Amino acid sequence: MAVDTDRDGRGAILSVRSLNVDFTLRGARHRVLRDVSLDVRRGENLAIVGESGSGKSVFCKSLMGLLDANGRVESGEILYEGADLATLTEKEWLKIRGKEIAIVMQDPMTSLNPLIPIGRQITEALRLHRGLKGKAAREAAMGYLRDVGIAQPELRFKQYPHEFSGGMRQRAVIAIAIACRPKILICDEPTTAIDVTIQAQILDLLLSLQQKYQLTTIYITHDLGVVARVADRVAVMYAGDFVEIGTTEEIFYDPRHPYVWALLSSMPQLAKKGENLYSIEGSPPDLSSPLAGDAFAPRNRYALKIDFVRRPPLFSLTETHQARSWLLDPRAPKHERPETKGGGAG
Amino acid sequence: MSQTNRQNATALPPEAPLLEVRNLSVAFGRGRKRFEALKNISFSIYPGETFGVAGESGSGKTTLGRAILRIYPPSQGGVYYKGAKISGPIGKAEDRRLTRNMQMIFQDPMSSLNERAKVEAIVSEGLQNLSRVSPDTRRAKVKNALKEVGLRPEFADRFPHEFSGGQRQRIGIARAMIMEPEFIVADEPVSALDVSVRAQVLNLMSRLRREKGLSYLFISHDMSVMRYICDRVAALYQGVMVELADTETLFTRPMHPYTRALLSAVPLPDPALEKNKTLTVYDPSAHDYTKDAPSLREVEPGHFVFCNEAEQKLGFDFL
Repeated sequence: MAVDTDRDGRGAILSVRSLNVDFTLRGARHRVLRDVSLDVRRGENLAIVGESGSGKSVFCKSLMGLLDANGRVESGEILYEGADLATLTEKEWLKIRGKEIAIVMQDPMTSLNPLIPIGRQITEALRLHRGLKGKAAREAAMGYLRDVGIAQPELRFKQYPHEFSGGMRQRAVIAIAIACRPKILICDEPTTAIDVTIQAQILDLLLSLQQKYQLTTIYITHDLGVVARVADRVAVMYAGDFVEIGTTEEIFYDPRHPYVWALLSSMPQLAKKGENLYSIEGSPPDLSSPLAGDAFAPRNRYALKIDFVRRPPLFSLTETHQARSWLLDPRAPKHERPETKGGGAG
Repeated sequence: MSQTNRQNATALPPEAPLLEVRNLSVAFGRGRKRFEALKNISFSIYPGETFGVAGESGSGKTTLGRAILRIYPPSQGGVYYKGAKISGPIGKAEDRRLTRNMQMIFQDPMSSLNERAKVEAIVSEGLQNLSRVSPDTRRAKVKNALKEVGLRPEFADRFPHEFSGGQRQRIGIARAMIMEPEFIVADEPVSALDVSVRAQVLNLMSRLRREKGLSYLFISHDMSVMRYICDRVAALYQGVMVELADTETLFTRPMHPYTRALLSAVPLPDPALEKNKTLTVYDPSAHDYTKDAPSLREVEPGHFVFCNEAEQKLGFDFL
């Protein structure tokens, strides 16, 4: 899959090619990412959707060089600005991490240092990555606090994380991330730990910052509502592999992979009271043994015989839409797609 | 009122509530540190009903669930079960009976199970606390409870770490079901679960309600789950119940500005709707309660809103 240039010529800022990542757990090897390829386009909002254990966080951690000690990139390339990030040493990573690619973690409670005032946590990043000191750093930090919608930055600058509310803390974490002027911003479940009424505000903030600083943002989430709000493009991950990639409209209104059908159908917004919710039976595969065929096949009511034997290729449906399912093969038998289009709850 | 499940009432006459909360307040700390987590809450839950409590962190929804289960003592008012007061001092026999009848399902299945105990011990613990049971009966009951929640009976000999999040939540439900309860407080039972597993657990809870005639107090911040599973929903804001109505009324005709804000924040799995959605933000300072204090008023049959007379007359739109 080599789609380097977009029609509007934005091109790929980051290209992941045939990435394999293994983890060793209690002596057993687990293949957590299986031959994964994805292009991230300059200036887009890309959402990576998957359930817990699907490998979406591992995927993003490998883009940051932050894999846990028992995990390693087995093979494959991560191409960024002509360099292969998969081969970098820890020292080389220091120049990329934070400065080129920054991350906003899920829980603002644990990603801030409770013993250091918020202001100093921002100036630290400015000093390390941009060489700003003293008053200049302070001024810049205030500017970023204002950027993320924190009122009274002079006061807030001196305060500690415990004096901030959950939403405010997440704003502060975002300020730290953008203070290094990264080109790519990864948001790992940016709203899961936050109250519903604040969630949408944080997402809108991220969208406006993306415009202002011309960021490329990658959202990792399991929340399809978040995806619908922010994403231009969606990549759906299951058991360490992207099963479907497309624009947000293509994924929500014209999904082609049975897993995506199932995912969209199990939203409670769609169900009628008194009827059973659609649910996917069974559980995700055990990654400690090699998988044959389509990883979703055992839970897939549309599975064909070949799904259990051979891994489906990535079928291209449009220039932007690809899905990895044998159902898309011209030889596949006719099948009825379930109703998935979201009707909404409000 | 349109509670579909009231008709399912078996032991009690249809209009008698199973559980009543009357003017309940719960306060923590004393003196200058006194904090009132719940302020003057009243409602009833009828047999077979799923009563939803919606609210954000700090709204007091978990405190409410715990006060009902007698974990926190009320500072004012009380909780009544089948007409008898259960808050405050009660007899030992009564205590045992209530423990059996009222159970709880917890939020996070990863932290609410004892990692060092086998599933059999976890599931049967409540049973053993109340009465002496022979190992054979215990085992049979555990197996039965596991089957009931869709797990294999042989799982009894395993440890919690061998299970996925959804399976662990089923173990948590089996732990409650083995007591054969009538009433369950479910505190965010699906928020820690993935979308597809969430559907399985919600289906399981609906089935148990149908088959066992259970009543639930369903605590959640996720309004889309609420709409699916609850018969009536109460919205809590900073310890005050701001609105109470049957689910469809609350979702289609919300009155209180906080309820409206909460509903406008529900994420919709549809990009066209979600991208053009306007958010309603609740501003508590917009109320003018200096002259006329607010109270819980019935604006239409079964629909209660916390407001004063002017607000009831004019609606909240002038805010």
